Amino acid sequence: MTRLSGWGRFRPVETRVAKARGEADVAAALAGGPLIARGNGRAYGDSAVSPGLTLDMRGMDRMLSFDPVRGVLVAEAGVLLADVIAAFLPRGWFPAVTPGTKFVSLGGAIAADVHGKNHHLDGGFGAFVDWVEVMGADGKIARAEAGSDLFDWTVGGMGLTGVILRAQIRLRPVETGWIVQDMRATQTLAATIDMMEATNDAPYSVAWLDCVTQGAMMGRGLVMLGRHARLEDLPREKRRKPFATPKKPVLRLPVDLPAAALNGVTRRVFNAGYYWNGRRKPGPRLVDWDSYFYPLDAILDWNRGYGRAGFVQFQCALPQEAARPGMAALLGAIAASGEASVLSVLKRFGAERGRFSFPMAGYTLALDFPANDRSLKLMERLDAITLDHGGRFYLAKDARMPRAVMEAADPRVAAFRAMRERSGAAGLFVSAQSERLGL
Amino acid sequence: MSGAVKGPVLILGAGSDIARACARAFAARGCAIQLAARDPARLEADRADLETRYGVAVSLHAVDALEVESHEDVVARLPDLPMVAICAVGLMGDQDENAGDMRRAALVFRSNFEGPASLLGVLANRMEARGSGTIVGISSVAGERGRASNYIYGSAKAGFTAYLSGLRNRLAGRGVHVVTVLPGFVATKMTEGMDLPGPLLAQPDEVGRAILAAVEKGRDVIHVRRIWRLVMAVIKAIPEGIFKKTSI
Repeated sequence: MTRLSGWGRFRPVETRVAKARGEADVAAALAGGPLIARGNGRAYGDSAVSPGLTLDMRGMDRMLSFDPVRGVLVAEAGVLLADVIAAFLPRGWFPAVTPGTKFVSLGGAIAADVHGKNHHLDGGFGAFVDWVEVMGADGKIARAEAGSDLFDWTVGGMGLTGVILRAQIRLRPVETGWIVQDMRATQTLAATIDMMEATNDAPYSVAWLDCVTQGAMMGRGLVMLGRHARLEDLPREKRRKPFATPKKPVLRLPVDLPAAALNGVTRRVFNAGYYWNGRRKPGPRLVDWDSYFYPLDAILDWNRGYGRAGFVQFQCALPQEAARPGMAALLGAIAASGEASVLSVLKRFGAERGRFSFPMAGYTLALDFPANDRSLKLMERLDAITLDHGGRFYLAKDARMPRAVMEAADPRVAAFRAMRERSGAAGLFVSAQSERLGL
Repeated sequence: MSGAVKGPVLILGAGSDIARACARAFAARGCAIQLAARDPARLEADRADLETRYGVAVSLHAVDALEVESHEDVVARLPDLPMVAICAVGLMGDQDENAGDMRRAALVFRSNFEGPASLLGVLANRMEARGSGTIVGISSVAGERGRASNYIYGSAKAGFTAYLSGLRNRLAGRGVHVVTVLPGFVATKMTEGMDLPGPLLAQPDEVGRAILAAVEKGRDVIHVRRIWRLVMAVIKAIPEGIFKKTSI
């Protein structure tokens, strides 16, 4: 038995762990009882730890084929996006959708249907998956083609339809390893949302919010737009090696910081500093892909910065029509509580896809808090506000939501459960999260 | 030998976690890879992986380390005599079972010493005739001193370590270099389920990178994590009268 948690290191679970190196290992594990597959452990909460067996899929990390004309990759579930970028960016291809870390596995990205800064135009990770091979409760491998029932449940299904073994994904052709970033400071929440609406045709769009400042300036932020740089966007000296970007030093956080390190004062200072620093350098500039998409990856163990108790993420989506009042209510509740999220990210979502994926047309807000009684109390308040505005919650972030909140937020739960009963997945593919939420 | 590494690189015992990591490290440098194992059909996915990631040529070869009589033929049939040959063949087994049944012990001796020594011996002779090449033997810190908890495996590795040392001595000045790798604990199938201290436990890709660096720099003996040099120095310094009463 091992104590294992998600990336937030909140409330570890006692679990057995086994490593799968091939599908025979997965079949053998299935014969032994309930399990959940785990990729690189970047889900924040308890999505990828099981009260039974946690099956480490990192041993299945082989790339099986690549079509250099269409940019189509077939790979095993344990391959990381970082591996995909390392192999194919030099050949002019980039993941079509990427979350805020490159250290997610392909299987995990599909299971959570992760989204990136381009969801408003392109949809989530699943929109670029052609098929997924899943080992079901009967131990048989099914190839779920895009559009099929099994595919639509598996993309966003949090590994609860079976073990994702392999997938075929489509990459995006790029001319360079650089992003043209355009940073714009806003003064109020309304202005932030106005700006995002007005720039809805930007390929990448995300806003960082200052969630400390109260009053009229509440929700001021930095809207960060971006697009892949074309060859002619690069200064002449970079054009000869357009995919060469500066190698960043890898930093580690070798010890847990004391919980007090990220306290109210430092979070306030950080929020104000981040805002003013961003305001000083508005307008377009070139940023390398790693700094643009994955700023936090530069510190390998950044999750230790919150101390031993860990941290908890909160991410909800609100439908378009409720987004303005809803976001104002959420930010108001945070400011009133005296808590401050270190990083608060607002993002426009495009249309809903799949049968259990998180995104819905509207806006999503992601927050992180150190795990303590006050922040857990605040999150109950945020749950209620989200429900009042017809929103839903991101399971890849969740570590603490009560079952009743999940059921109230998402009418799709009943159908998801029925599907799990029918396929035999219900008793066999079990995570601590699926038990907590009764999925 | 130092500077840019040249292929092809032969990996013996290619099904192991360390072997996979080595193959990737050398393929990332553009080297052609020859993967050899008892059942090469099981290496198809690894071949696809190396070709897909790195665009290098990969060939699969059947070799049984225990069939010493076949080794001349196996090496003769390789498409090219490799520039680098890495032996990741090994078998640990369970110490108590090995000690209780000498047939099991003999299998461990043969898998960790006789087989690897034979394969690398054949390769070394041909490399010597050519006047170039690098031999890499993955041995173990377990061979540095016999301990009650692991001496069957450890004594076979001790033999292998001494063999590599002698081979290096023989081939020095003949254009062929020999690297001895003493990896310490590595997170592989072999150590799965053991409760091992994090600072002493290397990941397979660390071992792969360390071996690549050792080949490029012409190092003789490497520990993957430096701390193992200190740990083994301490273990080797304990007087036998005291050591025999310890359980390390």
